[in-house]
Amino acid sequence: MPPPEEAPGAEFLAVRAARKTYGAVHALRGVDFAVRRGEIVGLVGHNGAGKSTLMNILAGTVQRSGGGFRIGAVEVGAWSPHQAQAHGLRCVFQELSLCANLSLAENTRILHRSLRGPGWRARAGALIGRVIEEIFPGLRLDPATRVADLPIGLRQMVEIARAFAVTDAPLGCVILDEPTSALGHEATGQLLSHLRRAAARGIGCILITHRLDEILAVCDRAVVMVDGAIVAERAVSGLTRGELVGLMGSIEAAREPAAGAAAGFPGAAMIDHPGRDGGDLAVRASAGEIVGFAGLDGHGQRERLRALLAAPRAAGPGGKALRMAYVAGDRAAEGAFSLWSIADNLTLCSLRALTRCGLIAPAAERDLARVWVGRLRVKAPSIDTPILDLSGGNQQKVLFARALASDAAIILLDDPMRGVDVGTKQEVYRMIRDEARQGRCFLWYTTEIEELGNCDRLYVFREGRAVSELAGAAITPARVLEASFGGRHG
Amino acid sequence: MDSAARSAGAVRAGRRRDAAAVGLPLGALALMLAAIFTIRPAAFSYFGITLLFKLAVPLIFASLAQMLVIMLGDIDLSNGAFVGLISCVTALYLRDAPARALLIDAAAIAAYAGFGLLIHLRALPSIIVTLGMSFLWLGTAILLLPAPGGVAPDWLVGFMAWRPPLLPLPIWLALAAAGAGHFVLTRSSYGAVLRGAGAHPRAIARAGWSLPALRAATYAGAGLMATLAGVTLTGLTTSGDPNIAPGYTLLGVGAVILGGGAFTGGVVSPVGTVVGALTLSLAGALLSFLAVPPTWQPGAQGAILFLVLAGRVLIAEVTP
Repeated sequence: MPPPEEAPGAEFLAVRAARKTYGAVHALRGVDFAVRRGEIVGLVGHNGAGKSTLMNILAGTVQRSGGGFRIGAVEVGAWSPHQAQAHGLRCVFQELSLCANLSLAENTRILHRSLRGPGWRARAGALIGRVIEEIFPGLRLDPATRVADLPIGLRQMVEIARAFAVTDAPLGCVILDEPTSALGHEATGQLLSHLRRAAARGIGCILITHRLDEILAVCDRAVVMVDGAIVAERAVSGLTRGELVGLMGSIEAAREPAAGAAAGFPGAAMIDHPGRDGGDLAVRASAGEIVGFAGLDGHGQRERLRALLAAPRAAGPGGKALRMAYVAGDRAAEGAFSLWSIADNLTLCSLRALTRCGLIAPAAERDLARVWVGRLRVKAPSIDTPILDLSGGNQQKVLFARALASDAAIILLDDPMRGVDVGTKQEVYRMIRDEARQGRCFLWYTTEIEELGNCDRLYVFREGRAVSELAGAAITPARVLEASFGGRHG
Repeated sequence: MDSAARSAGAVRAGRRRDAAAVGLPLGALALMLAAIFTIRPAAFSYFGITLLFKLAVPLIFASLAQMLVIMLGDIDLSNGAFVGLISCVTALYLRDAPARALLIDAAAIAAYAGFGLLIHLRALPSIIVTLGMSFLWLGTAILLLPAPGGVAPDWLVGFMAWRPPLLPLPIWLALAAAGAGHFVLTRSSYGAVLRGAGAHPRAIARAGWSLPALRAATYAGAGLMATLAGVTLTGLTTSGDPNIAPGYTLLGVGAVILGGGAFTGGVVSPVGTVVGALTLSLAGALLSFLAVPPTWQPGAQGAILFLVLAGRVLIAEVTP
């Protein structure tokens, strides 16, 4: 309910020229964005376009590096989650923000400070129960249920209901980040119609989703982000799905000619991994090929890479099974051994070849490390430097070198260039193409559309399946986006 | 409704789990008491029970201090050394200069909160910081009181020897501590925020709470509980000793885990922790009644921990 003095449709919140930088990386490059009372804004864009950064700045969980911020008619400087709550701005984050060890009533209390004093538990329980019933009629949850005991879909519904619950501050705007990815068909419909009802009462909403049909069905205005900037803003009425996809692909990355394909490969078939069902394509790859896994982040590419790693290998020349190496994208969790030196990290996959009489030959190990540090131009004082002393890009080079120095014929790349600077990227791309020309086979999962230009062929993933295959000249950002979002009419 | 049935089932499973968390150590406690009373029926008296649980009182408070830290997903290795420091301060000053004693206690609690803040702001591992703190506490205690000595005030000794109506004093204190802990952490609206901060700190920060303030407050609470442990311990021993209670650190951790707590953070039970502390402190008495040499005490405490945790795993397997 808007306070009476503000007319419905008045601007609730606005940012002007908002910027956010992380070191040299520009996550937001000067964004103007506003939401009015009772307006539903759809925010779309590929992974890394800056949608989540913008949302975090609005919610106060990330401080902007520059630019203005206005709530109602008041300019604000520093902005915190607490202030955002007090002004009636709520957020439903993509990774859930419920405490699994607490009950529904207790989680409601976390967000609503006025739920305290004697009888708070009963009041919180009644509140969340009422809002759940309002948004998802027929869903009855005991407010004493612990969140850990609920499946993911129900957790998402509880978190949405918690954001729409009203205690002391009137609700002004709710930001929803991919709220429907865990919801079923019926619950999605219920949520979307609730958004319209709330908008009629003057509650604004920012809906971030990859499901374009939802934008077209419920939003008043669609905002398209590419590369940390807003590239288009359209009224949704009259907008078609095709136009929306077109807006996202409007900035075509300058593409280098597909270098790998010119080398005259493919050679011998190395991988033929069948899909799970009819809608899931078989992944095939041959010696000398660079095969990309495209699509939106988290649509089954990584799972498929790991399935390839676990599947029985084809036999190579001489009847031995082909070896595979895996370059992890999450360096800290599954790539680097943080206490080891560059040399120890680099030679890990080649120890078999470096062993003499059951022991590692130190001289051979150091030679190998020195050769690859030189070949990949890792910037480090010596090969005995601890790997954590290197910059992120150089650490990633060492992990690349680990895979390339091994005798693996097939190399799996799990989005390894995330957060790496442009110069390093170009060096590594060149290296990958060189290695492919010499007969190695690369399977490359990436979330960055420009990187796909290095691939000879690619599979686009959607909802856990490889849904389409693009090759050679057909690899364009527009085609990739179209397939990622389920086609122009999907 | 399908969802309603599932939710009701989840609530029942949750209640059963909570009941098992406290019920198992309670069962172990009952078994041990039954064994003691069978061997020595005279122990089943007001006086006998007072003797059995007298030394459990400081351990209860030390365990509650440890529980607060474990609730945040941290661990406190300085707990026992801190109890030793407070014991020295109490024996040295509380009788003749009570204001100075209280001031030092308050400063020590503030230092505890400060270390909590340091752990949070610098994202340091609590195990390292509290290990360092333990040397600080021990060193300060030795500077104050190089050899065991000092005298506890008479009122404190008198209080610890007081014989209240109906139930022995240790039982009253255990009930009060468990009740207060249950109210503050399990029932109150701020307890929900604190347990949430242990399990999912980002969610709490996103809801607009200040994590540094929550951590400092929790560490201050832990310091207060450890101070109570030091004061009550001095009331029992009547003198101070820097090295009086190093065992409390790990016994406290044992009591928290025995009582249904988990190292993941956010999952602790004050009632279970008090029961766990009572159970572990009874192990020594049981051994002496069984005529086993006291050197076996740590082994017996380990066995209790093992059996209760194994029982919990079994219950978790059976529960659908």
